[in-house]
Amino acid sequence: MNRMSAPGLSAATAIAVVTGLAAPAFGGPDDDELIINGDTTIITEAPAPDHMEYISTIYSGWRFRTDETQALEEDDFDNPAMLAVDAALEAFDTVEGDAGESCASCHGDVESFAGLTAHMPKVGEDGNLVVMEDLINECRTDRMQTEAWKWSGDDMQSMVALIGLQSRGMTMDVAIDGPAAPFWQQGKDMYYTRYGQLELSCANCHEDNWGNMIRADHLSQGQINGFPTYRLKQAKLISKHNRFRGCIRDTRAETFAEGSDEFRALELYVASRGNGLSVETPAVRQ
Amino acid sequence: MKRTWMLAAAGVVVAGSAFAGPPEPSEVVFEDGAVSNSLSGVPGDPENGRQIMNKGAGNCIACHEVTALSDLPFHGEIGPMLDGAADRWTEAELRGIVANAKIMFPESMMPSFYKNDGYIRPGDAYSGKAPDGLLGPLLTAQEIEDVVAFLMTLKEE
Repeated sequence: MNRMSAPGLSAATAIAVVTGLAAPAFGGPDDDELIINGDTTIITEAPAPDHMEYISTIYSGWRFRTDETQALEEDDFDNPAMLAVDAALEAFDTVEGDAGESCASCHGDVESFAGLTAHMPKVGEDGNLVVMEDLINECRTDRMQTEAWKWSGDDMQSMVALIGLQSRGMTMDVAIDGPAAPFWQQGKDMYYTRYGQLELSCANCHEDNWGNMIRADHLSQGQINGFPTYRLKQAKLISKHNRFRGCIRDTRAETFAEGSDEFRALELYVASRGNGLSVETPAVRQ
Repeated sequence: MKRTWMLAAAGVVVAGSAFAGPPEPSEVVFEDGAVSNSLSGVPGDPENGRQIMNKGAGNCIACHEVTALSDLPFHGEIGPMLDGAADRWTEAELRGIVANAKIMFPESMMPSFYKNDGYIRPGDAYSGKAPDGLLGPLLTAQEIEDVVAFLMTLKEE
């Protein structure tokens, strides 16, 4: 594989430099450092966790984006996701449902969630694998006695981002052993399965070819530490499962549903490939 | 009128080449990954092959760089550069690679363009949904021939 080619050494890069084109960084991630609001340092590069056999260093997707896109995440006043986060903060304090409760009436300040996202997904007491959307909807239906939110709806993903923001800068560390092990293995098997008529696995692009261009896209390692992420292409916060669904659909496959057990397992596995990077939501991507 | 003309033209082609029609993908004979016989019985059109390199289910330059197509933007870096492909490969080998590269290179990431079964969760194009019936191959027999004809123009020596 041409995996180990150093950034900056490809012929394409040389041509881009010579012609002065604002081309994406061919060949690998750039060397930029991410410090948000001048005070929160984000780990965008770390030694790969022990369970990863084929990658030695993990990188946030932020390192693969253009300077213009990167800049939008460096200051919360420029981050277009923050409008949605503000809306979620308002929803957090709003009483809804037959029980007369708001999020705040049980949880107090949203800052009480600091650290939670760094360890999600995880296995709950009932033995099921649980992601943040599950926790939110369980609170809504059981404690607030109101309607569940749609998985990738703006209200749901804004709340997932708000809760994640409380852990921003903390290091991702999801458990993959013990009760999580079978779910993790299921997700790993999916990661290496070549789905669809194009017969492509997650690994084909994001393990074997990260750093390379596929048509106009600069392939990243497919990390999810920045999700929900504000995708400029769609002009809204995008859920992890929505991105999984789109990727598998684009292999010309019958994809899986958002909120499916398959995607919960894949979420755990992909999150574990980012153990060591910072929680970065709400990130901004192209 | 148009329909009648097309039927007549089809008759001429069949009579002229005694070609029984394109084989089913499963019937294509590979020898060491190469396919000697034309899939369509009609010579490939390199100009149409050039178009397929850039669009639709072909989109070869999503992964491969080709200097002869440098008028088209955004060539990928996934597969090998194709300049001089006709110097390195025979027509039969190129046909085999385009039809189903995994016969010659079992681990290849390259999609198999003349294949229509044996998939895991195949979908109806990019709908994300299961297809109603059998899938067609990604490219037709003639489109494979057109791409091969274009690739045969990529000579450096």
